[in-house]
Amino acid sequence: MSKVLPRKDVVVVGLGWTGSIVSHQLAEAGLDVVAIERGPWRDTATDFNVGYMPDELRYAIRRDLFLQARAEAITVRNNTGQDALPMRNYIGFLPGNGVGGAGVHWNGQTWRFYDSDFELKSHLTDKYGADRIKDLQIQDWGVTGAEMDGYYDRFEKLAGISGKAGNIKGEIQPGGNPFESARSDEYPLPPMQMTYGPSLFADITGKMGLHPFPSPSANLSKNYVNPLGIAMGQCTYCGFCERFGCANYSKASAQTTVLPALMRMPNFEARTQCEVLKVEVPKGAEMARGVTYIDSTGEEYFQPADIVVICAYQLFNVRLMLLSGIGKPYDPQSGEGTVGRNYCYQTNAGTRLYFEDDKKFNPFIAAGALGQTCDDYNGDSFDHSDLDFVGGAGINCIPSNGRPIETRPTPPGTPKWGAEWKKATRDTYQSSLAFGAQGSSYATRGNYLDLDPTYKDNYGRPLLRMTFDFPDNDLRMSHYVSDRMEEIAKASGAKQYTVSRQKKGWNSAIYQSTHNTGGAIMGTDPTTSALNPYLQSWDVHNVFVVGASAFPQNAGKNPTGTVGALAFRAADAIRDQYLKAPGAPLVKA
Amino acid sequence: MTSLPLRSSRRAFLAGGVSLLVVGALSPVSAHSYSGQLPWLIDNTEPPVPVKPGGWYFFLPDEVALMSAICDRLIPADDLSPSGTDAGCVVFLDRQLAGPYGRAERLYMKGPFHPGLPTQGYQGPNTPAQRFRKGLAAIGKAVDAKTPGKKFTDWDAKDQDAFLTSLEKGDVKFGNGLDSKTFFAFMLENVMEGFFADPIYGGNKDMAGWKMIGFPGARYDYRAWVPQHNKPFTGAPISIAGSVQWGGKADK
Repeated sequence: MSKVLPRKDVVVVGLGWTGSIVSHQLAEAGLDVVAIERGPWRDTATDFNVGYMPDELRYAIRRDLFLQARAEAITVRNNTGQDALPMRNYIGFLPGNGVGGAGVHWNGQTWRFYDSDFELKSHLTDKYGADRIKDLQIQDWGVTGAEMDGYYDRFEKLAGISGKAGNIKGEIQPGGNPFESARSDEYPLPPMQMTYGPSLFADITGKMGLHPFPSPSANLSKNYVNPLGIAMGQCTYCGFCERFGCANYSKASAQTTVLPALMRMPNFEARTQCEVLKVEVPKGAEMARGVTYIDSTGEEYFQPADIVVICAYQLFNVRLMLLSGIGKPYDPQSGEGTVGRNYCYQTNAGTRLYFEDDKKFNPFIAAGALGQTCDDYNGDSFDHSDLDFVGGAGINCIPSNGRPIETRPTPPGTPKWGAEWKKATRDTYQSSLAFGAQGSSYATRGNYLDLDPTYKDNYGRPLLRMTFDFPDNDLRMSHYVSDRMEEIAKASGAKQYTVSRQKKGWNSAIYQSTHNTGGAIMGTDPTTSALNPYLQSWDVHNVFVVGASAFPQNAGKNPTGTVGALAFRAADAIRDQYLKAPGAPLVKA
Repeated sequence: MTSLPLRSSRRAFLAGGVSLLVVGALSPVSAHSYSGQLPWLIDNTEPPVPVKPGGWYFFLPDEVALMSAICDRLIPADDLSPSGTDAGCVVFLDRQLAGPYGRAERLYMKGPFHPGLPTQGYQGPNTPAQRFRKGLAAIGKAVDAKTPGKKFTDWDAKDQDAFLTSLEKGDVKFGNGLDSKTFFAFMLENVMEGFFADPIYGGNKDMAGWKMIGFPGARYDYRAWVPQHNKPFTGAPISIAGSVQWGGKADK
């Protein structure tokens, strides 16, 4: 029997990036907000302590700050012909855990999607014809890039993003991304100072006629005070970003941008080490009553609330909807149902250059988002008329670290141990440079999420099951961009290079990306989307679901910028629209 | 079981068995409710506890000898670095396998167990500690089958290397549910962790692995070096526990 707690106006599930932003916006509007987080409290001084944070084994390899599979695993398979098995250790992607979520240990690469990405189906159909995308389940988002501009701007200013705009109100800006969609304002901070590797990459690609520009970064180029009055420090280029919390208040996260203001608000409460088991929705009802959660002592509680905002990681947003019976589960056979639909990922490929030993890159002088990008082959910034695919990839040279347990390349053909391995490792460490293609991931009928029929979590609830493989379209796209990378490699003057091309049979045992998207997507049609364009459930009207789970498909860019923007959009919709007529859908089905 | 035991075991492990209180308790609801202020207390950090060499917590004497001989071939001594064993890799492995890592405290260990596809990752029911115990025993048996009465440590370096190569290729049949190729890759990964992790964990003694490649370790501010393109950084490596040059904690 659950203990029933006093009612709250809003219960937020998960206190990461989106949970913090939504909580702050709603608490500011005077609502009584409680956020329920299954992981521990985390703050910079205690948990990302400068005295011992630069510890690769503890944080990058044993992954102290991450969700552990023991607490919740996911089963995986490439297609419905295989039996899904649990990822017994998270390797292929690494969800976060605790206050701040994955925003604690991200690299900080903070992008806006193109206008055409938001109206992808309409755009591609108009330009290339419906036949071109018939094998894909591409959809429009139900929001335009112009509508997203203001939300992106708020997230960039909250986080102190360091970059150079490429297109302000239609005017192309020198030094930025010339393919960028129009934006209303410049980034709040200038780009980071470049290290040698990305500078060389910019030289090489610039001479080839490509358009390199500084990658927008949540590692701060200068000291900054954000609109909430929270101060952050200039990045010191320590090379411990991804998988680490920043000890220097230099990487934007909930801890460095929102929580110091949010935690002081008397109408906000955070409950940590409390795991939400279910959103309680009476059968057939259009309103949730609240959430049931279990705390670290095993005590179960029911928290009644007028509004439930699900702000967990993408995968766990979808799982909580499935466990709670919110929306109709997606069925890949019939193509019907919405929850679990359009799971997408990121289609990546990599290149590594091996120079003579006259190059000294100092790979350890780095930051997670410090680098240069060429967007010449991303999205629809190049003409696909004569190509056999849609989508594209950003080509990024962002050498984020030289941490030696993982980053110690050797030329192809080198043994993995012994005297020869030692010499090659020594000779290559300073003189090798990597860059990669981060590609779009477009939905297909067969890639989806549902509940596993066999494997359970510690509370006996079914694990989430992921059925995913790279669609043929995306592989053709990735191979095309890999060919372009090979041209860069040839022009680089490196004595040797490797291009690791993406291939069929997504492998969960190799780290690829923690850019999982979809499964609870937004859209204008309740038969093909779980959420309306304000991230409100079509089926249960006081439930909003915020995160990359709302992406109908993924672009060739890191998702956090868009996730942050959507958090502001959902919060605004609740504040400015939903509260005027509580319980009503914001869009008529 | 909730996520708390993971957290507390980590605290217990890293703080040498001393568990630390979680801050808060501002609401009657649970011990972890925070409101009205940032829940921060001084001295609530969780620094790692340095490994002290001496004694074995996991390996049996025969295993120490075998593991040392293997580490001496995986990372042989030469002018670039001391051997893997002299760099503390066996001590590192011993402490890791005796701790939460060895016990698979963070892995999903519920059945059913099926072999699965390579794209589904390791699916065996063994903990890392059990994999080492069984893998080293299988190596001992395979060596004995090849040269009855002799041990791996009795072989010369050339034969040892040839045997390790056959393990790496999966040519040795273990016959105990483990596959020699998978085990070799797993063992190599753990040995390399020891050689390149912060010396505080028992390996990478005197920062031998870092010195070999020129990794400066736990430094935290390179701003002055960012504009100095194509000039090798020459500063000595620093451990979490300090610098050898300082004559500091790292030496003791």
